[in-house]
Amino acid sequence: MQPASAVAATGAGEGAAVVIEGLDKHFGSLRALRSLSARVHYGRLTGLVGPDGAGKTTLMRILTGLLVPDAGRVALAGYDVVRDNDAIHVVSGYMPQRFGLYEDLSVMENMRLYAQLRGLDAERNAGLFAELLDFTRLAPFTTRLAGRLSGGMKQKLGLACALMARPRVLLLDEPGVGVDPVSRQDLWRMVQALTDEGMAVVWSTAYLDEAERCQSVLLLNQGQLLFDGPPGELTAQLGERSFRLENAGARRRALLTRALELPSVSDGVIQGAGVRLVLRKGADSAQLRELAGQAQVRLAAVPARFEDAFIDLLGGGPGGSSALAERFAPVELDSDIAVSCHQLTRRFGDFTATDNVSFEVHRGEIFGLLGPNGAGKSTTFKMLCGLLRPTSGEAQVVGHDLRRASGAAKARLGYMAQKFSLYGLLSVRQNLEFSAGVYGLEGDTRRQRIAEMIDTFDLGGWLSATPDSLPLGHKQRLALACALMHRPPVLFLDEPTSGVDPITRREFWTHINGLARKGVTIMVTTHFMDEAEYCDRVAMLSRARLIALDTPDALKRITAEAGHAEPTMEDAFIHLVESSGREPEVAA
Amino acid sequence: MRASRFSFTRLRAQFIKEVLSILRDPRSRMVVFVPPILQLLVFSFAATLEVRNIDIAVYNQDAGRWSHELLQRLASARFIARVHHVDSQRHLRELIDRGAVIAALAIPVDFSRTIAAGDSGRAQVLVDGRRSNSGQITVAYLSTIAADVGAGVVPDAQAPTPVVVRHWFNPNLVYRWFIVPGLTGILALFSALLITSLSIARERELGTFDQLLVSPTSTAEIIISKSLPALAIGTLLGLFMISAGIFLFAIPFTGSFVLLLASLVLFILSVVGIGLMISAVSMTQQQAILGAFAIGVPAVLMSGIATPVENMPVVLQWLAQAIPLTHFLVIVEGSFLKAMPAGDILANLWPLAVIALATLTLASVFIRGRLQ
Repeated sequence: MQPASAVAATGAGEGAAVVIEGLDKHFGSLRALRSLSARVHYGRLTGLVGPDGAGKTTLMRILTGLLVPDAGRVALAGYDVVRDNDAIHVVSGYMPQRFGLYEDLSVMENMRLYAQLRGLDAERNAGLFAELLDFTRLAPFTTRLAGRLSGGMKQKLGLACALMARPRVLLLDEPGVGVDPVSRQDLWRMVQALTDEGMAVVWSTAYLDEAERCQSVLLLNQGQLLFDGPPGELTAQLGERSFRLENAGARRRALLTRALELPSVSDGVIQGAGVRLVLRKGADSAQLRELAGQAQVRLAAVPARFEDAFIDLLGGGPGGSSALAERFAPVELDSDIAVSCHQLTRRFGDFTATDNVSFEVHRGEIFGLLGPNGAGKSTTFKMLCGLLRPTSGEAQVVGHDLRRASGAAKARLGYMAQKFSLYGLLSVRQNLEFSAGVYGLEGDTRRQRIAEMIDTFDLGGWLSATPDSLPLGHKQRLALACALMHRPPVLFLDEPTSGVDPITRREFWTHINGLARKGVTIMVTTHFMDEAEYCDRVAMLSRARLIALDTPDALKRITAEAGHAEPTMEDAFIHLVESSGREPEVAA
Repeated sequence: MRASRFSFTRLRAQFIKEVLSILRDPRSRMVVFVPPILQLLVFSFAATLEVRNIDIAVYNQDAGRWSHELLQRLASARFIARVHHVDSQRHLRELIDRGAVIAALAIPVDFSRTIAAGDSGRAQVLVDGRRSNSGQITVAYLSTIAADVGAGVVPDAQAPTPVVVRHWFNPNLVYRWFIVPGLTGILALFSALLITSLSIARERELGTFDQLLVSPTSTAEIIISKSLPALAIGTLLGLFMISAGIFLFAIPFTGSFVLLLASLVLFILSVVGIGLMISAVSMTQQQAILGAFAIGVPAVLMSGIATPVENMPVVLQWLAQAIPLTHFLVIVEGSFLKAMPAGDILANLWPLAVIALATLTLASVFIRGRLQ
């Protein structure tokens, strides 16, 4: 392909797939991108990383020619994205954040449509179709409606459509959101194969374990490029500042809170039974050693992760104490069991979504519900919080049967969903007043609680704004405030931080850890393996059945025994799901 | 915290939420405020079946007294804005072709002579068939004028005794007298249907419906909180149209206002039930709006406002009895013009009560079904 425009002729873009020079973009008073210059190379997977609102999607849309920059220029495969807009659509493939396919068409019909939109003859390109279907492993599902595919399969179909015209540059906008580790593994394998063929792939993400796997990373924050290079280079910059307090057991949450209050600590998270901490630049580990000595746990230096370096670059994580939890009265329950289910089963016609699941969750426990897409995780979750009636078996929340005393059980549980479920048409104050009212709070109690939530979550400046206009972090605080207005002893979180950046996620977990220390029982579903590390115990579901139930560390140990060295939670997830997959064949 | 089956606090919170959602949502605001204003304007100034302000052409080949008399009467007729005098058949044709006139009158040479001889004179009327409705009405007006001229000539009993038609309740057949009361029903129907059908679908799009279902609120509270705003707005709109009918269009209101108000409330309740059913099965607001029109438009057409129910096939007549608007139309039109007695109103009121009970019960079944 012969580069047509003057941009390539200057020689500056020789060999680079994307050349970005001095890019600026404003939306009103918001500066989405500030004099950004960068390169993306062929045959490499480049991660576009940054917290929410960093400008990732804006940059993606400029690269695909959907937005025109205010200043600066971009050449993609030698073509200027503004002047040679038509050529851009030929040489690039773009997969938008939201599933850009037609849900009422089948897999095959979607692929035909995209082929025709690209000017390809579907009949003559049967070979290409077969190849793409084979590549994405979608061949058995060609007649299924796209709307009925699981999250991971939708992304694969989106990828197949984006690959239709054999682009030289492939742009993927947050392809990992809502995709379970097994499907994500598939996506990685495909992208790997593509870059090996010489394609340039840009993968935007807020998940830092994904960024760590990229060959090169562009790190954005508030529209500025903070880092450009291989992720290992940034991690190496951090040096020897990562530590872990080993085997802290039940005290780990208290330890994390104390550690984050130390001036020498910039960031910390729970990792299984341990606490992972990062020191501030220039600080020494004396304070940490003292803390470890007081708590009588071992302090070990651990290799830095990309995430440690990322948070450090952004100025460290939020503090460790939760104003919310401090005000929360300790939860007293008659029994130690907060949530339980016994032989819980749910069928939809012939399909069994949840099959004989039984477990008990203790008071003050953070209990994770994990599994691949379509494993019955959300069906089980919905039955536990009363959104779905079980076909057989029973579920109890603080001793109330959800079938017989659903009102009493529902008054004792809080619920926060992935989409935050706020009334977009109502103001922040009206949302708070509604949730107080719908849980039956009256008079002084009601006024007091609302004032308390506004104060705790620092919502005072936003009271008359609508939830949609809030920054993501504040929106999440509002959702949490609404879910906790009635001080429930049990809190249900349905993928609470999906698509949320690491800083906001840390703030969220600070509150959750604080609540758990006050005796609130937390039930959480997640695709995010770092989040599973925060759980006391994790229930793994696969093909409607409970395949494992243990602490994160114990699950990792099982995987280690199967031959994985130093398994991550993600490795454990994939190992457990894949080894359970063989069982039905043995039984048959 | 005790969770009871019914709590006024929870209900009040949900009611406020519903009212705010309607008032703060541009789409709902449009549903509530635009149609009544628009319809009021349309019906006060534009929409009428009467023919007014038309132009006609005349090609008069007769110089006699009677054609002169006819032209005089045409010129003074109130429905005619202007009479074009032409001097050839071709020109006449051209004016109609161009659409400059809706009808043309060609008076032959022997017109006055024939009348003077005691026969009835014949004149040709050409009508623009493209505007068939107005054209036919124009022909009717013209022949009335022509007949008057003829009758003036032969005043005695030679002409057949004319049948005198008297239109009861609406002696001058004022079109608005008929349409405005009917509009009360249509307006209340669509606003209540759209407001309720959007309500659950909107929450489902936002994900707040799940949030509502995990709270201790009961199905009854959800239904009541979603019905009340629609009921209030529908009733206000209905009353607005009724008062517009009475005070603006000066339509005689002869029935019982209390009974009409009661029927209006029952009518809207039955529509609210239908709207909630549509909303419970719709996944998005778009589906809900489509659903509301898919039910609302056939309901209006079959209610008897366009064609009498008695003219429909028997099966459709039964179906029409299940449409709340059918019964409400009888009551509202009866209350306006006929001074309908209480007994007749009650005869149409109890079917409304049955329909309201049925639709609201079904709606709660549908909403509970979402929990399965």
